[in-house]
Amino acid sequence: MTKPLVGQDVAELIAEHIPQAVVEASDEWVIIRPDLLLQVAQFLKATPGLEFNYLNCITGVDYLDYLEVVYHLTSMEHNHSLVLKVRCSREKPEVTSVVSVWRGADLQEREIFDLLGITFVGHPNLKRIFMWEGFKGHPLRRDYL
Amino acid sequence: MEVEKPGFALFLEGMDQTEGKEIEELIARSQQPLPDPDEWLEPGPKPNLLVTTIDKVFNWGRHYSVWPFGSGLACCAMEMVPTAASRFDQARFGMEIFRASPRQADLLIVAGTLTWKMARALRLLYDQMAEPKWVVAMGACAISGGTFAHSYSVVPGVNRVIPVDVYVPGCPPRPEALLYGFMQLHQKIERRSVREEFILGDLGKLIPGKGKQS
Repeated sequence: MTKPLVGQDVAELIAEHIPQAVVEASDEWVIIRPDLLLQVAQFLKATPGLEFNYLNCITGVDYLDYLEVVYHLTSMEHNHSLVLKVRCSREKPEVTSVVSVWRGADLQEREIFDLLGITFVGHPNLKRIFMWEGFKGHPLRRDYL
Repeated sequence: MEVEKPGFALFLEGMDQTEGKEIEELIARSQQPLPDPDEWLEPGPKPNLLVTTIDKVFNWGRHYSVWPFGSGLACCAMEMVPTAASRFDQARFGMEIFRASPRQADLLIVAGTLTWKMARALRLLYDQMAEPKWVVAMGACAISGGTFAHSYSVVPGVNRVIPVDVYVPGCPPRPEALLYGFMQLHQKIERRSVREEFILGDLGKLIPGKGKQS
């Protein structure tokens, strides 16, 4: 069984190396600042003892007050997992892309960009994936229609 | 970390733009459903004896060898597959096997939800089928868009894009329902006259209300 790491423990490790990166932490998850996400991702992947080398999935959520992106990470090495979250405002929905760290993020970031309208800064090919070019709006936003 | 786009990425981008434009145009001209092709079912002047006999032979041959082209767009395809397999066995109706190519098929079974992005491809497949051709709309989504009728991406009924001969309701319809739909289609084929196709020929298409819609 994959062991879920305690969020506060990982948050302490992250805060030691990248100060100001952690916004909030609980038992289950760690919230990261959107502009420092790439550094945190590189840190989580490269640090011995953590080595999160597999990105299970990325989820985009619309909470009306803000937009959230959830990253489910697993380490194949140590068989443990972690949930990262990033929050951004509806007015300026920008999150750093993690494609350079986990290649599998490519299509999923495009999906979130398409349906929720979150811009992933640094994505190599950020364009619509489900909807066609010229489609207006982002259908999974709760204020769509 | 901007990555420079290679030439073929730009080419793909151009393709996306073209596709987007074509889908927007398709939506714009598909706001009204196409009329169902049933003009030969209307009561009118009776054809003469010779034509009636030819009609009988033609329609007998046609309705016992309708070769289907399965367009399994969604879960309805799971009901379409056993219709062809041994338990329900549509070969009893001369339906034989599903063709993989629209060029060899007479009947397009639209089984499932049609999205606007897929609509172009389905219209192309329909256009590639040889005349005479028939269309069965299978399931709630194909008939009217079903649950997704007001969705941003789903075509509210395939008759916006292609003319439909028989509607099979259900979500999804049982294989028996689909077979009943085939029998209804057979009845429809039986009442068709070759007069329009061969005697009137291209002239038939010039007469308003006559000839197959395309």
